[in-house]
Amino acid sequence: MADPMRIRAQVSGDKATVRVLMSHEMESGQRKDAAGNTVPAWFIQEVTASLNGKVVLSADWGPAVSKNPFLQFTVKGAKAGDKLAVTWKDTKGETRTDEATVS
Amino acid sequence: MLRSIVGAALLLLACTAPAVWAQKTAVQSIEEYRAMLQDGNPADLFEAKGEDLWKQQRGPKAATLERCDLGKGAGVVKGAFTELPRFFADTQRVQDLESRLLSCMETLQGFNAAEIAKTPFDKGEQKTLTALATWIAAESKGMKFNLSQAHPEERTFYEVGKRLFFQRAGPHDFACATCHGQDEKRIRLQDLPNLTKNPGDGVGFAAWPAYRVSNGQMWGMQQRLNDCYRQQRFPYPGFGSDATIALSVYLGVNSQGSVSVAPAIKR
Amino acid sequence: MKTPPTPRRSRLAARAISAIRAAVASRAAVVAAVAAFTMVGCASLPGSAALDQLTDRIVKASFRDEGIVKSRVLDTDETNRLCSAADVAGKPLDEATARRLEELNLKTIQWPSDGKYLGDWKEGEKIAQNGRGLTWSDDAKTVNGGNCYNCHQLDKKEISFGTIGPSLYNYGKIRGVTDPANPDAKLMVEYTWGRIWNSKAYNACSNMPRAGHMGILNEQQVRDLVALLLDPQSPVNQ
Repeated sequence: MADPMRIRAQVSGDKATVRVLMSHEMESGQRKDAAGNTVPAWFIQEVTASLNGKVVLSADWGPAVSKNPFLQFTVKGAKAGDKLAVTWKDTKGETRTDEATVS
Repeated sequence: MLRSIVGAALLLLACTAPAVWAQKTAVQSIEEYRAMLQDGNPADLFEAKGEDLWKQQRGPKAATLERCDLGKGAGVVKGAFTELPRFFADTQRVQDLESRLLSCMETLQGFNAAEIAKTPFDKGEQKTLTALATWIAAESKGMKFNLSQAHPEERTFYEVGKRLFFQRAGPHDFACATCHGQDEKRIRLQDLPNLTKNPGDGVGFAAWPAYRVSNGQMWGMQQRLNDCYRQQRFPYPGFGSDATIALSVYLGVNSQGSVSVAPAIKR
Repeated sequence: MKTPPTPRRSRLAARAISAIRAAVASRAAVVAAVAAFTMVGCASLPGSAALDQLTDRIVKASFRDEGIVKSRVLDTDETNRLCSAADVAGKPLDEATARRLEELNLKTIQWPSDGKYLGDWKEGEKIAQNGRGLTWSDDAKTVNGGNCYNCHQLDKKEISFGTIGPSLYNYGKIRGVTDPANPDAKLMVEYTWGRIWNSKAYNACSNMPRAGHMGILNEQQVRDLVALLLDPQSPVNQ
């Protein structure tokens, strides 16, 4: 099971700024190891964020996103106490969902 | 905030004489990049892991580290980082954070400290040490360095650390001082703090542990010193060895009063 | 002339040093050594010589062989030891010692075996850019680089240069070397070769590595670097 994400969501006026730190190797598939063998690609392909169960962001990522990716976005209409959930799915089919309360 | 940094940079570029245009742009671009990196430091991930590992029952004795004494009493973590290295009566040694964690992992949890010291960085229990060091440093973030020189061995280690700092050796005759012994120098485009004195808040000793974006690795001070010695063409400094601890005493005492920003983020 | 009596602290320190000499270079011995100093000095610090010896012990106990690097590379020469000591003391070497070390280092310089001082500046630029070699993560097959851009500016097109050493941009031009083969340029050509081969021949406590003397670069590599600096066609002199 992958390491948990760190999610912070802060309200300012009628918007909330969401900051997500994901723990993932994000192997591009371009690197070679010390022996000269290509390290196989392994990276997050899909990211979705939902506010109180409703999808507010979806993203398709590729090998250009670096290790331990940081994602920041703003959501209109978020209020303190709302539930913000982020899900990622990678090229191996592994997935992780974490949740935070908007403050 | 980001837009204003870029705006200010563009203004500066417009006022710069053409002769130094290329040089200023390069260094400034790197400053901008570093500013952008500050938010979303992946060190947070290691911090979270470290806090869990402190409280988890582990090792042959299935015990937590919650009774580990980092110098301010058993289990006291807040403020401990900025007072290390220091002398410990139970081990009769001056110890830095990472060697002290080794002692606690052995005494409280039954791990083999010598085995962990021999384990390469980023493998096995070395990963545990890095995560713990990151969290413990975070618990003192924003506090000022205040190393003790009250014990004679702490003073002796400062003097030993000073000698190590200036020790020229290896095929390149490099000492720490070769790069870190003067003001306002850089190696390639990397600024070099003068570590013979207080280099300022959040610089040098005050900036490690840190997450290095260029290789996606979390480095404690032991790894930072290790890689310095590697580039100096020195032989391998043992993990938690007295040489590394004495050097840390020298650097830490010189940083007295500066603010720790650890865990930091680096290029 | 009657020698003054040895001060009490020095006698105690001497006894401590003997105790340490008897110990084996191991962790337990170092702990004992440090503890011995604590007892000797009480509230005060051991003398400088005693601290030097303790540092040597700690170095021996702390560093180990790794990859191609052997711990004996720390058994360094007199030049390094005296310059390090001067740095620790915070005082530059006295004139006489500096001159003596410079003469010693000058004697080590191997001038080109075929009398050719200049090689290919294009190769020289590659050598100047290359920072590899002689670390424990290199292997014996690694071709050593000159590390030059780490500390110096050279070709103006290269913006990633260090400032630990002076800028070498326009090196030959500034020194009026328009034709390195001209007898007028002989002294400057030789100086340039010598400086790269053994920088300490000209400045005893120079920070610059002794590329030739310490076996970092071979004769051909030095030739190519001299060309990078002095060939009028080199980008350094544009």
